[in-house]
Amino acid sequence: MAKVTIDGVEIEVPDGTTILNAARSAGGDIVPPAMCYYSKLEGSGGKCRTCLVKVTQGSTNDPRPMPKLVPSCRTNVMDGMVVENITSPQVLEARKGVVEFLLINHPLDCPICDQAGECDLQNLGFKHGAVNTRFEEERRTYEKIDIGDKIKLHMDRCILCYRCTFVADQVAEGGRCHGVINRGDHAEISTYIEKAIDSDFSGNMIDVCPVGALTDKTARFGSRVWFTKPMDAHRDCDHPKCSGKVVVWEKGDEILRVTGRKDQYNEVESFICNTCRFEKKKTSDWVIEGPRHIDRKSVVSLNHYEHLKDIKEDILKYQKQISENLNKG
Amino acid sequence: MQPLTNRSKQVVKKEMTFAEKLYLPAIFGGMIITFKNMFRKSATVQYPEVKRDMSPNFRGQHVLKRDENGAERCTACGLCAVACPAEAITMNAAERKKGEEGLYREEKYAANYEINMLRCIFCGLCEDACPKEAIFLTDRIVPTEFDRDDFVYGKDKLVEKVNERIDVTKRQTPEVLEFKKNKSLSHNKI
Repeated sequence: MAKVTIDGVEIEVPDGTTILNAARSAGGDIVPPAMCYYSKLEGSGGKCRTCLVKVTQGSTNDPRPMPKLVPSCRTNVMDGMVVENITSPQVLEARKGVVEFLLINHPLDCPICDQAGECDLQNLGFKHGAVNTRFEEERRTYEKIDIGDKIKLHMDRCILCYRCTFVADQVAEGGRCHGVINRGDHAEISTYIEKAIDSDFSGNMIDVCPVGALTDKTARFGSRVWFTKPMDAHRDCDHPKCSGKVVVWEKGDEILRVTGRKDQYNEVESFICNTCRFEKKKTSDWVIEGPRHIDRKSVVSLNHYEHLKDIKEDILKYQKQISENLNKG
Repeated sequence: MQPLTNRSKQVVKKEMTFAEKLYLPAIFGGMIITFKNMFRKSATVQYPEVKRDMSPNFRGQHVLKRDENGAERCTACGLCAVACPAEAITMNAAERKKGEEGLYREEKYAANYEINMLRCIFCGLCEDACPKEAIFLTDRIVPTEFDRDDFVYGKDKLVEKVNERIDVTKRQTPEVLEFKKNKSLSHNKI
């Protein structure tokens, strides 16, 4: 076991845990954001650099600080390690820079993008990014590609997190038919000669995509996410590997979209098969369990009445703050 | 009973004086007021023919703008509908097909766009929320109708005509006008 201190919070985790997972085990504000790391995909992480943290003390045996900021998803904890995340201005500054870099070639077409409202990059940019862009060159653009008849790839929006290629390798077992071609600035996600992926699990790359690069064609431009009602649902799926536990996004009586159940870090709890995702679009196909609990900070929670108590508490808190400030003058 | 205010007055039915019984002073008093008002400037105007100047920030009937080339700016992002406190706005999106680039500015457009003018409170939040400079409130007054259904305005009434553009420069903030000068941004491309 190793004892690690992140932003003053002491956590004890097994050896070999990464800083990111140690922070996640404690939860709260100290968890670094992650765009490319996905706990369910082996080998993911280390690409986007948003989870950079500062290690001010390497370990008890060697208390020297690490010379540079380290990606927390790829750095293992040591006993006695002291990590600074949001308490370090250097980390926040670096993260702001990373967000700016991620957004350099991003088309910022959120009003059009189906992912808007549940997009990791949107949340990250909102929290850490700058309002203005300093980039004056033309943004790189690509043609839109159909990956099979159910998935649309907008390469413009891609941040090259490689999560979808891990899905193709590990979950969809599609062989190495989906990957990244070219290098550096020219790198792009591609299926080998635009070959359709016909694995039963290829749809999961939509769920793992942190941006709107891979979207569901069956729900394309159907509705903005915040106008749909997310409901937990399940069905007995014939596929041995599919859990059949999903979230259905309803509008009226229609099911517009089916996705996996995502946790607080936007990672699916279990992968679902393409039949569940793309073909079961009737309410009668599903056993509806009840409304999905959506985080209050998400735009999707608009007009859901489950957070009224928290909202009331917050309003009272702010009222108290304001009146205290007024009394101080 | 306890009076609500101390302004109430007891009504008394007392005998009128001789001057009051004559009535003539009271009639003349009334006539003076009447004649004075006849020669005063009228407070009203003959509305449809004569229109008053509107305040520059008057918020009346909405318009869905087109860009310089006549393509609809609205991309059905739904931010106006989510900002609307009266929930007056609904829309359906559709994907632009090849060859429709002149009709719709973005890849996605509003196939239907409806504002219920009975629900609308003309607060202007839709205009604030719009990222595409598509919806603006204008100085036009929503006309009266006989049926409630007619107050649900569709795209036929909201989208401006290509040859009858509606000027909304009065409604744009200095910050927006400054931002629009930078022609390298995709938002400002013609």
